[in-house]
Amino acid sequence: MAYANLRKRAWCRCRHALAKGITFLGAALLCAQSSFAFAQASPIPNIFKPASTPADAIHRLSLFVLTITGLIFVIVGGLLIYAVVKFRRRGEEDGPEPAPVYGSNQMELAWTVVPCLIVLVLFLATARVIYSVQEAVPPATAVQVTAIGHQFWWEFRYPELGVVTANELHIPVSNPQNPTPTFIKLLSADTDHSFWVPQLAGKIDLIPNRNNSMWLDPHATGVYIGQCAQYCGTQHALMLLRVYVDSPEDFARWVAAQKQPAVANDAVAKGRRIFEQTACINCHAVSGTAANGVFGPDLTHLMSRYTIASGAAKNTHDNLKLWIHSPDSLKPGSLMPAMNLNAQDLDDLTTYLETLR
Amino acid sequence: MSTESIALTGVREPSRAFGDWLTSWITTVDHKRLGILYIVFALLFLVLGGIEATIIRIQLIAPLNTFVSPRTFNRMFTMHGTTMIFFAAMPILFGFANYFVPLMIGARDMAFPRLNALSFWLTAFGGFLLYFSFVGANGLYGAGGAPDVGWFAYAPLTSKAFSLGHSTDFWTLSLMVSGFGSIGTGVNIVATIVSMRCPGMTFGKMPLFAWLNLVVFGMVLVVVSPLTAAQLMLCVDRFLGGHFFDTQAGGSAVLWMHFFWFFGHPEVYILVIPAFAFMSEIVPVFSRKPIFGYPIMVGATVAIGFVSMTVWAHHMFTVGMSAYGNSFFVITTMIVGIPTGIKIFNWLGTMWGGKIIFKTPMLFCIAFLFQFLVAGLTGIMLGAAPFDWQLAGSYFLVAHFHYVIVGAILFALFGAFYYWFPKMSGRMYNETLGKVHFWLFVLGFHLTFDFMHIPGLLGMPRRIYTYEPGRGWEVWNLIVTIGAVVQGIAILIFVSNLLYSMFKGKLAGNDPWDAWTLEWSVASPPPEYNFLTIPEVRSRRPLWDIKHPEDPDWKYE
Amino acid sequence: MSTAAVRPASLETPWSLPYKGQIGMLCLIAAESSIFTIFVVAYIFYIGKSLTGPMPREILEVPIFATICLLSSSLTIHAAVGALRKGNLAMFRLLWFITLALGAIFLFKTGSEWQRLIYEKNFTISTNLFGTTYYSLVGLHASHVIVGLVGLLTVFLLALAGRVRQEHVDNVDTFALYWHFVDAVWVVVFTVVYIVGR
Repeated sequence: MAYANLRKRAWCRCRHALAKGITFLGAALLCAQSSFAFAQASPIPNIFKPASTPADAIHRLSLFVLTITGLIFVIVGGLLIYAVVKFRRRGEEDGPEPAPVYGSNQMELAWTVVPCLIVLVLFLATARVIYSVQEAVPPATAVQVTAIGHQFWWEFRYPELGVVTANELHIPVSNPQNPTPTFIKLLSADTDHSFWVPQLAGKIDLIPNRNNSMWLDPHATGVYIGQCAQYCGTQHALMLLRVYVDSPEDFARWVAAQKQPAVANDAVAKGRRIFEQTACINCHAVSGTAANGVFGPDLTHLMSRYTIASGAAKNTHDNLKLWIHSPDSLKPGSLMPAMNLNAQDLDDLTTYLETLR
Repeated sequence: MSTESIALTGVREPSRAFGDWLTSWITTVDHKRLGILYIVFALLFLVLGGIEATIIRIQLIAPLNTFVSPRTFNRMFTMHGTTMIFFAAMPILFGFANYFVPLMIGARDMAFPRLNALSFWLTAFGGFLLYFSFVGANGLYGAGGAPDVGWFAYAPLTSKAFSLGHSTDFWTLSLMVSGFGSIGTGVNIVATIVSMRCPGMTFGKMPLFAWLNLVVFGMVLVVVSPLTAAQLMLCVDRFLGGHFFDTQAGGSAVLWMHFFWFFGHPEVYILVIPAFAFMSEIVPVFSRKPIFGYPIMVGATVAIGFVSMTVWAHHMFTVGMSAYGNSFFVITTMIVGIPTGIKIFNWLGTMWGGKIIFKTPMLFCIAFLFQFLVAGLTGIMLGAAPFDWQLAGSYFLVAHFHYVIVGAILFALFGAFYYWFPKMSGRMYNETLGKVHFWLFVLGFHLTFDFMHIPGLLGMPRRIYTYEPGRGWEVWNLIVTIGAVVQGIAILIFVSNLLYSMFKGKLAGNDPWDAWTLEWSVASPPPEYNFLTIPEVRSRRPLWDIKHPEDPDWKYE
Repeated sequence: MSTAAVRPASLETPWSLPYKGQIGMLCLIAAESSIFTIFVVAYIFYIGKSLTGPMPREILEVPIFATICLLSSSLTIHAAVGALRKGNLAMFRLLWFITLALGAIFLFKTGSEWQRLIYEKNFTISTNLFGTTYYSLVGLHASHVIVGLVGLLTVFLLALAGRVRQEHVDNVDTFALYWHFVDAVWVVVFTVVYIVGR
């Protein structure tokens, strides 16, 4: 009962927040500067709207903890209010001092033992969820992903599928009859980061010299938003994450497309030459070209991504051009240098990149 | 009125020459003057930290705001955190301990007055070093300016590879120097309480204020030192090319987290136990009853002291510890809630059946109780590891610890300010202004920190300088910023009340609250030597015994 | 009301409290122990984690003689304080000097070990994790020995000048406590660096 109530209340609160958010959205969008052309309005990553098994388990535990703490709040808060009202000094009376009471063993025992019991219950409930999430064994059908945190973007490798991509993770939806959860190995190339997509799972840090892991088991297709949740340097704020949960067919199609080598289109040979002859290739890779850098995102299928600069901007012609010309205007402090190309080269290069589907 | 002490107060009348006056403050070894120096120093840094907080809040008032650059924003939250913890909260609490521990235990000064002065000036120098980074940290490539590594400065962000220039050097040296100061104060206060109590004041008859500070400074000794050690290691890395936290040479980023949080979590208790100490003095006086359950209050505090040293890794539930490790820190974290809960109940028990007087200090104490309760409950949520995987590093967490530090510690501090202001200045504060300050601050506090929880639940991480519209965070951030402004106004009222009352307030007399501990037996402000004759006590409330010879406490305790 | 009034009829039991210097020193030792604990934890944590050589077994030699010197200096300082307590000043000076000499020998041996490692083995604080933790931990201890030696020397000079007398025994004893601590830490450092870590 209490469960249901709380669930309802949490829901109301979220809907309320959502409504307020949307009202404000209009105004905010108007003042947004054009250079910060963020991806289109995204769903709110509410932790009380889980869409994946580990997030569900956390959600159930959180409702339980909220119920207990809520009860404690009502009881103790009520006692406090009662005491303040009941035992206030009335008027400026100068009557006798109240009777001194130095303590009471029974009372003190009571308010030691009861909290002990509450702690025990909370601990058992918590430990159960810890083990259920952390000790999960990947089934044979699980998708394996390696996520590598960089300043300030995400690298995703699918070692079994031979796919490398960045910032936008594609995973298949998992249904209970035929579970295809995604198990992610978390590594860092530089500083600490944290992988947090609230509706899919709790966050786990990506730490250099350390192998961490987590898993997602989404029930519903769609795009889920998250971002880096451990301060990692200047552009920590714009290290956004998008997780696309695809139907099995869509996922298979996406994998097949990603495994293709880069499109070699002679119409854009000029732009390609510029790409191969500038410092671009020191950091970026495009399969089938001289570019095999590892410090920046793999661009082989750049145009299959909805955003660039780790979610800082929508992947449009203008943004792409602006990003190459002056990364700081999209994402000040990002590690991508401005390439100082002349206008013609910039156009050619952008045109070339736009063929990388 | 002690006629004897009045006859002698002429001795400490300040010289008229400004230079002499200044010298007398700089060279002082008097625990009361050093206490005031600590407090003034801390208030200065409180204002600096407040300005930084304001800049943070202005930047976040709307999505995609460009009030400051990302790098400046990162410096602001680093400086805000470091300043508030190390150079506002700690010194201000040290100041109160300095001023009142000797007075409450009937001593004429601290055990080591000169060490006391050294400790203060080390702390002050540390604060200066931190702020000097704004101008002195340039180093190579103009990479300087204030540190921007966050107040817990996770490795490897602090290594030479990721932090050019000298900003991180200033950060680490500043904390190391002030750490030595804190250790000195710890040695001093523990030795004072153990060796300087007046005759009759056994450990069972010490005011709770002294007991709680004994625990606090015992903790300072064993947990600030590890931080100092970790800073030494960071210095070895940065200056001598060591590899303690150098992940490229096999060093461990997680080791720094352990070292930092082994200090960092008990630090919360180092800050909050003095607040408990204020509560334990103020609540009884304004309820007109002795503290309820003195022995269990002492026991609970000692328990908190020990247990708090076993909970640190609950700050690290997201770093991928084993399920066993996570469970261990869940249980210890929840256990620490038990003695804390006991304290809340004991204060309630003190108020129960009393005659509560709603003067400003008591108002702040009541708000403390309420807010500390909430902070404790959100703490339980964060302590349930899986829930923490969602909440850690989000604005929910930021709201939680501000609930502790502002809602509990700062509220208790304001209570203490109003309670002891008459003793320290000799004059009463303005009660009306005090109440206005209280209500305004309550309003501002709740606007800011109640609503700050919500964006955290909606996925907003801390330390981001901007956010995109449409994530449902805008309204909440707007309200939070408005609340911050209200708090700022309330603090201005507080400061003007203090300044005005210091010169124009009506004289307080020795004992304006009809209180029971020894500091109220001497003149306000107390003479330099505190007590003309060292008092002897027979109970926890020596002044009660004098005022009520027919019904003294020592017959019952 | 008067301050003098806070003085009920005399107390039943005589009032005595521990000597504040002793308490202060114990507090300092508690703080120092925490610092050393952190360094020891770091040392143990990084045993065998260096990415490159040299490893402890290849270059470290067990400093038996230095250890004997340092540990026996604890006995001599204890005896020195005992002599002072009895008022035997000549004996005090002699034993105190022996303590000083033993400490100095220890420091010299540490210094020559470092010289050998740095100049012959080319092994420095930035060589690898072992170098970082070894020099930091042993160096931290050696810096405490230096502080101790300065204190020992000061007391010795004062004693030669006839300024240390029987009534100062509490102060001297407090200092001796520090020296015992430095020795005790060496036992831990020795165990960790030369036995466990090797």
